[in-house]
Amino acid sequence: MAEFQPVLTARWGDPEAATLHGYERTGGYQALRKALSMDPAAVIEEVKSSGLRGRGGAGFPTGTKWSFIPQDTGKPVYVVVNFDESEPGTFNNRELIERDPHQLVEGAIICAYAVRCRTAFVYCRGEFVWPGTVLERAIAEAYEAGYLGKDILGSGFDLDVILHRGAGAYICGEETALLESLEGFRGQPRLRPPFPAVEGLYRSPTVINNVETLSCVPHIIDRGARWFASIGAGKSTGPGIFSVSGKVNRPGNYEAPMGTTARELIEGHAGGVRDGKRVKAWTPGGSSTPLLTAEHLDVQMGFDEVQAAGSLLGTKAMIVLDERDCVVDAVLRFTQFYAHESCGKCTPCREGTWWMTRVLRRVEQGRGRMEDIDLMQTVGQNMLFKSFCALADGAVSPIDSSIKYFRDEYEEHVRLGRCPLREESPRLEAASARSGGTTGALAQVLPEGIEVELGEVLG
Amino acid sequence: MSEAERFSVPRWQSGQPAELRVLDVDVEGPVLSDEARRVAERIASKYPTRRSAMIPLLYLVQAEVGWVPRRGMREVADVLGLTTAEVEAVATFYTMLKLHPCGRYIVSICTNPSCALLGARRLYERARELLGESAERVSEDGLFTLEEEECLAACDQAPVVAVNFLFYDRVSEEQLESMIEEIRQGRPPAASRGGIPGELKDISRVLAGLGTDRAAEVEDG
Ligand SMILES: Cc1cc2nc3c(=O)[nH]c(=O)nc-3n(C[C@H](O)[C@H](O)[C@H](O)COP(=O)(O)O)c2cc1C
Ligand code: FES
Repeated sequence: MAEFQPVLTARWGDPEAATLHGYERTGGYQALRKALSMDPAAVIEEVKSSGLRGRGGAGFPTGTKWSFIPQDTGKPVYVVVNFDESEPGTFNNRELIERDPHQLVEGAIICAYAVRCRTAFVYCRGEFVWPGTVLERAIAEAYEAGYLGKDILGSGFDLDVILHRGAGAYICGEETALLESLEGFRGQPRLRPPFPAVEGLYRSPTVINNVETLSCVPHIIDRGARWFASIGAGKSTGPGIFSVSGKVNRPGNYEAPMGTTARELIEGHAGGVRDGKRVKAWTPGGSSTPLLTAEHLDVQMGFDEVQAAGSLLGTKAMIVLDERDCVVDAVLRFTQFYAHESCGKCTPCREGTWWMTRVLRRVEQGRGRMEDIDLMQTVGQNMLFKSFCALADGAVSPIDSSIKYFRDEYEEHVRLGRCPLREESPRLEAASARSGGTTGALAQVLPEGIEVELGEVLG
Repeated sequence: MSEAERFSVPRWQSGQPAELRVLDVDVEGPVLSDEARRVAERIASKYPTRRSAMIPLLYLVQAEVGWVPRRGMREVADVLGLTTAEVEAVATFYTMLKLHPCGRYIVSICTNPSCALLGARRLYERARELLGESAERVSEDGLFTLEEEECLAACDQAPVVAVNFLFYDRVSEEQLESMIEEIRQGRPPAASRGGIPGELKDISRVLAGLGTDRAAEVEDG
């Protein structure tokens, strides 16, 4: 196979890439012209046969999602770009927008054309003040150049794009919570079905796609589905941007064919582990995907391949821990994140994440009991697949997987009555005694410091 | 009683809904000027349903007051044709909407693992030393609010500190100290991307969707 040439990040070295001029100079908006000359159904067909799967976490085939949009409901169709990027360890959407915002704008316009949408939204994470501004400017430029607005490039196709800023809630990245938030409600997930394709924004058919997913689209139209499908491995086609962070020498976003091995990404692109240490644990797709270990470094980073290894590809975000780092502490910190971000709608998630935090803290601080390990597994079983959305499932991932691979380390904490690695590793547990977060109903009732015996409560 | 004291509720009560319950001050209205009302109207009419303007309008209140008092929620309810309770239900959900007086500069330190593995927790503890415990609500001088932040999606630049949501990459303890000092002297340093952070009121305008009106607030980085 010929050497891989970057696709999505090809313009990243070019300081002008974020401007309309810079984007057009390197072939930008040619794909849009081409798409507008095609039948919308043919655009969907092209994306379908490219094999593109969503990059936001679930890996759903993009063309198939678009083809679900009914055109006979008498209601408008909406496209929503998910730019809420908040999964711990994930940072490629931000850099894609900071460096090449028009690529996303062009992809979103093509998507809107394909599904016959006339109003599209970008849901931008609140904390992304600057990336959001870069995107706002790109959208303004696209309007001025006639790529947005009325009668785009004389095609008769009209499209408006509204950038909407969130206000600090991880859950709003979940597509139905996002829609609730965009409609002006608390960002709490909806029960599915009906799926957004049928009843989405304002009860109308809606396509929701991730920034990276839509950034692939201009290239698929421009160079063809077959070219796209020739990159990657198995059922994971095309290029992907892998976010590598934690204890590596060169943390960063690295574009590579889907299906590249974890070893190549961590040891090659990211320069291996700091101080010549060894990989202890890593997440393949952000904190919501089960941890893997040094044993799994030859796993190919494709949807099916990672799943076969017992985890999930998620957002392709690899957080690397080395042999000095305490897994229990890292898992505690992840769990604090979920407890803070649980929207509070579903009881297993709201209560489960909170109780898990307390048990994990007790173990991490050396006050745990051997039974706590089984207890966490039981609680995990009571959280899995019992909520409206996958937040709770994500919360169980680091706990379950770490017990699976590092049970010894948990037991060691209990036996020694302290963290066996404390001297060497930085503390990871949250520093402030922040309690409930956005909802955390129970956290506000129970004062910090009062130890409730969870085992007794659960019987 | 100073504002800081008035709001120094026990830590375990510091989740937002509880905060609201203990909130015993409001501000005199109206908080939205006639000009702001016109802007609010323009924002509301941008969306297919007016209610979608909820978050932008709450940011608009924050841009006027520096936080979101109940009086502001009432006025947003008024603009959107909703009850105050409906607005309050939303305002209490989102952490970037501040339901109590807070500093003009929000210092957020990410302590999610990718940052914590590279020393973010110590950075947070150092910030707390420098700014004082009360900064976890608002510092004595009213300049700062210190927050422990979840992953800011910039883990390649760990540890990340944000000032009013503009990001500073790979911040050392020394850099943190000088950042804080420079803000105290009225000269916040430029962020790694996005220029010099404005005050929370200015940034809230950008968040309300008025950034392109006043682009000077967020300059090219
Ligand atoms: C708790 C939670 C948070 C999520 N956060 C995001 C996010 O920040 N960005 C994103 O694109 N998808 C996120 N997703 C996935 C979305 O629900 C949805 O699957 C995705 O946006 C679809 O786009 P895609 O098909 O292009 O991947 C999240 C899902 C869950 C359960
Ligand atoms: S962990 Fe700090 S920015 Fe991601």
